[in-house]
Parts: sequence; structure tokens; C-alpha cells
Amino acid sequence: MNIAVLAKQVPDLVEGLEIDASGKALDPDSLRYILSETDDHALEEALLIKERVGGRVEVFSLEVGEVREALYAALAKGADRAVLAQTEGEVRLDNHTLARIFADLLGRGSYDLVLTGVRAIDDLDGSLGGLLAGYLGLPYVGLVRKVEIASDSATAIVEKEYPGSYAAELEVRLPAVLGIQAAEQPPRYVPVSRLRQVMKTAKVEVQDASLPEVLPVAVERLSQPEEGAGAAMLSGNPEEIARQIVDLLSERRLVG
Amino acid sequence: MSQDVLVVAEHFRGRLNDVTFELLGKGREIAQALGGKLAVALLGHEVRSMASELGAAHLVYVADRAELREFIPDRYGAVVQIALKEAAPRLVLLGSTSMGLDLLSLLSARGGLPCLDNCTRLDARDGRVMVTSQIYGGKIFAEVVLPDQTTLVAVVPGTFAREAGQIAGAPEVRELALPTLLPEARTTFRKLIEPPPGDVDITKAPILVAVGRGIQNGENVPQAQELAELLGGAVCGSRPAIDQGWLPKTRQVGKSGMTVRPKLYLALGISGAPEHVEGMKQSEMIVAVNTDPKAPVFGVAHYGVVADALDLIPLLTEEVRRRALEKAG
Repeated sequence: MNIAVLAKQVPDLVEGLEIDASGKALDPDSLRYILSETDDHALEEALLIKERVGGRVEVFSLEVGEVREALYAALAKGADRAVLAQTEGEVRLDNHTLARIFADLLGRGSYDLVLTGVRAIDDLDGSLGGLLAGYLGLPYVGLVRKVEIASDSATAIVEKEYPGSYAAELEVRLPAVLGIQAAEQPPRYVPVSRLRQVMKTAKVEVQDASLPEVLPVAVERLSQPEEGAGAAMLSGNPEEIARQIVDLLSERRLVG
Repeated sequence: MSQDVLVVAEHFRGRLNDVTFELLGKGREIAQALGGKLAVALLGHEVRSMASELGAAHLVYVADRAELREFIPDRYGAVVQIALKEAAPRLVLLGSTSMGLDLLSLLSARGGLPCLDNCTRLDARDGRVMVTSQIYGGKIFAEVVLPDQTTLVAVVPGTFAREAGQIAGAPEVRELALPTLLPEARTTFRKLIEPPPGDVDITKAPILVAVGRGIQNGENVPQAQELAELLGGAVCGSRPAIDQGWLPKTRQVGKSGMTVRPKLYLALGISGAPEHVEGMKQSEMIVAVNTDPKAPVFGVAHYGVVADALDLIPLLTEEVRRRALEKAG
């Protein structure tokens, strides 16, 4: 089973986001990048599949932020190959552009499964996995929480989440692209010592990628929610706030 | 291209989903503003009778076939593409749901059509269509003027009023011309998996104490549980709390989880990403506690507190207990 995982770097929301002077983009100096959470789950699911049925896991990323560290971490977790795609010029991070770049990279190899996070926090123009599947002419299923490979390795049985805690069990003929919502277990942790060791011995492969001609949807303006917009903000010391909240419940006969 | 709006209907177990009516109501308003019509694509098996509930639309394209009984992303994508060719709409509205999200990207890539997800605002003025999408966990609003070509937009469920789409009317019903044999699907439906049984039904609880990433770890869940029980309610959580294994899947509120409408929703350490908000925004009263004053949850809450939920939970518990004792005493 040859599995490709697409790992995208996204801004860490723990840092405050700042909008740049144009008002149309985030200020790059204010951003710290981390691996997209659902991509971390996609990697975990890929590693679980490899442990169950054997095969290779190859991780692909674009040169953004601290991506090398994320790729070394993937190798330390058990990925067999880490590929960093470099493009000339400024990279737009819309998913249509990314999907075109990844479609080109994946076309250089042969994969039974392509896993990626079903959605990332910066998704404005659809999900990367669905776009990639559309470009490659492969089947796609999103919001997947479980993947089992059939004994003949020709199909995957997947669970796709539906609203209301329902799910559908689907059988997908391989090769296919899956958008992972959650792995079957929380993503594994890499001890720092193991990461350091891998950074000394393993290699992140760099490949050139051409920047595709994609017309993005043009953002006119970015804005942030106003502080406390909508809600009546309660203030005071913690004891006073607790009293105010219980007063509110009391007025509505929700308590004592 | 026409100035029409096409809504892709969604249904489950023989009933149209709320999001379909939400899209119909808004779609009708946009179509009117553009001087176009509202059409619906209704795909499935034995779904023709649902057309009578789509009175908000002028036209319903029906694709009623055994092979469409269940949602298969590629197959549904191929059929919606046929509807798009026939209707040539200016705007295609889908729910930002399990089904809508798969279709949005597949249709965009296959048809070379621009698309936008996470829409929480939609307006049309002077022939222009404007979309606001909530990205970065709801912390950034992105305003986009749609290009002058068929564009796909996925709307967060619960954004628009359902009632506006529940209008009586007699739309024209047109069978979509499908090939006798639909292309072979590389994906097949095996079965529906029911929600895990045997837990509290959070949709029935009058009071919900909801926990998110902000409570830091699972060891803090019992504190919230204690408060919930004292209030005669139940504890629930946002996606991170479920994925971390702090709470069972049955307690998840939002996309893939439950939509709840309790008398009180106490959101503790939940930032308020759109995929959570869609499941709780209709609560009668929302009180949110978060350390980040810019947290989007304050945009839907009635009352907000900028504080660490972990500091507040024991104080709230104590206060509720004290008053109960006072009353009893």
C-alpha cells in the first residue's frame, strides 16, 4: 500500500492574527505556522494503515513556515519519505493552487491512497482533497474517520461522518483520495530526543514544482469580529462574575 | 449564463434537511435581486414527492434513480454537473455539510468553476453577489465579490432562516435528462451507521455545560460534569474535546454532531468556530467564557465573560450550591 499524505501549514491561532495594510491578507510577520490539525490526523491514519497492512507513507508539503520541522516529525513518527515542494516566486496558498501543485507532484509517483485533512482553518475555496481528486479523476470521500483496507488491497472500506452522529460505510475502489476528519486514535507524539536523532540522520527531499495558472477568488476585505460584539460582557472579579451568571439563571428560573 | 440561483437539496431518511430550506429562503432573495429564478436540484430515489415541499423554488430538477438512493460523492457530482449544464446558474448554493463539502470541491475542479466555503453572509446588489466567509476558526471574516461566472458557494448550516424557505407554491418539476446508465461508480454504499447508543441524549437536556479546548485536559471534565448535574443538565463538548477522548462522540455539538436548542448553553473554553456554532446558536440563552476577548463565540453569545473557564467552574458550582442551600434552609 503506497500512501501519500498532503500536509499543509496553517497559521497557529494561538497567536493573534493581524490583517496587513492592504486589508486583504493576513500580515505575514504576525504569523507562526503549524501543521494543520486534520492533516496531522491524516498522517496518523496513514501510519495506522501502514502498521496494519504494510506499505509506505510519503508526506508532501509546500515550503511555508516551519515546515521542515513538521516533515522531520512525520519521519520520526514512521513516515518513509518526506518531500518538500519548492516553487519559484510567491506562493498563494489557496487550495486550487495547492491542489494543482500536488496533482503534479503525485503524478511523478504511484499511490494507492492519498490522505489529507478534510478541511483546514484557512480553507476559503473548498477542500484540498476534493479538488485534487477532481483534477486527478480519482474518487473522493470527505469527512472520513476510519479506513480499512480490503484483503486484496483493491478497495478501502471507509466511515464518512454524517450530521447527528450518524455515519455511512462506503467502499471505495483504489486509487482514491480521502479527506480525513479524525484518525482512529489521537495523533501520536514524538519525543524530542527521537526528533533530534531523525533530524541528524534522515533527509527531507526537495523537489521543484511549477506554479500553476489558477485564477483565485479575489478577497475584497478581511475583518475580525469586534471584541464582545453581540454578547453583553460581564465584568468584575471571578466571584462577582459567578454571582452575576447565577443571577441570570435565577431570573430565568433555570436554577434554585 | 443565466441570473438564476440553483440550490442542491439535501435529505436524510426521506426528509429534507433544514439546511435545504435555509438555502431556499436566501436563494430566493438573491435570485429576485438578480432578476433570475430559483431552481433546485433534487437527487435521490423515490424523492419526487419532496418537490411539493420546495414551494420557494420556481423550478425543480429531479434525478430520481435507484443508483442515487444514497449519497456517493462522485456519482452525485456527475449528476449535479448535468443539472448545472441545463440550468447554467449564476450561483450554486450547497450546505457546508458532509455532502455539500464533497460536492463543492469535486464540482469546482471538474467543471473549472470557482468555489467558496464557510459562507455566513450572502448579499446581492446592483447585479453583484457578495459572500462573507468565516475562516481561521471564525476569527477572520473574508469578503469576496463573486466573479461573473457560475460560482459554487457552501453555506454554514443555521446561517439563514429556515422559515423563509418554507413557502407554499407549485414549482415546475422537470426530470433531469440522465444517461440510461450512469457512469460506473468507483464508490459504493454499504450501510448507515447509527449513533452510538446508551448515553444521555443531549438534544433533550434543558441545560448544557459545554467544554472545549480551553479546559486543557480531560481531567477537568468531571468539574464541568458536576456543575451540569447540579444545574439539572448534561455536559457536552466541541470537536476537540471529543477527538481528544475527553467525552464520548454522543456528546459532540456541531458539524457531524448534534444540533441543540437548550434553555441554557454554557460554553466553557470554546472559541466558537463555525462548525461548532452551527450546532448551538439556536439555544435560548448562551453564556460564553473564554480567555480571548476576540473569540468568535462572543458573536453568538448573549452574555460573555473574558476569563479562564477553569477558574470560573468551581466558583459557579459553589454559588449554585450556596443558593440551593439558602433556599432549602
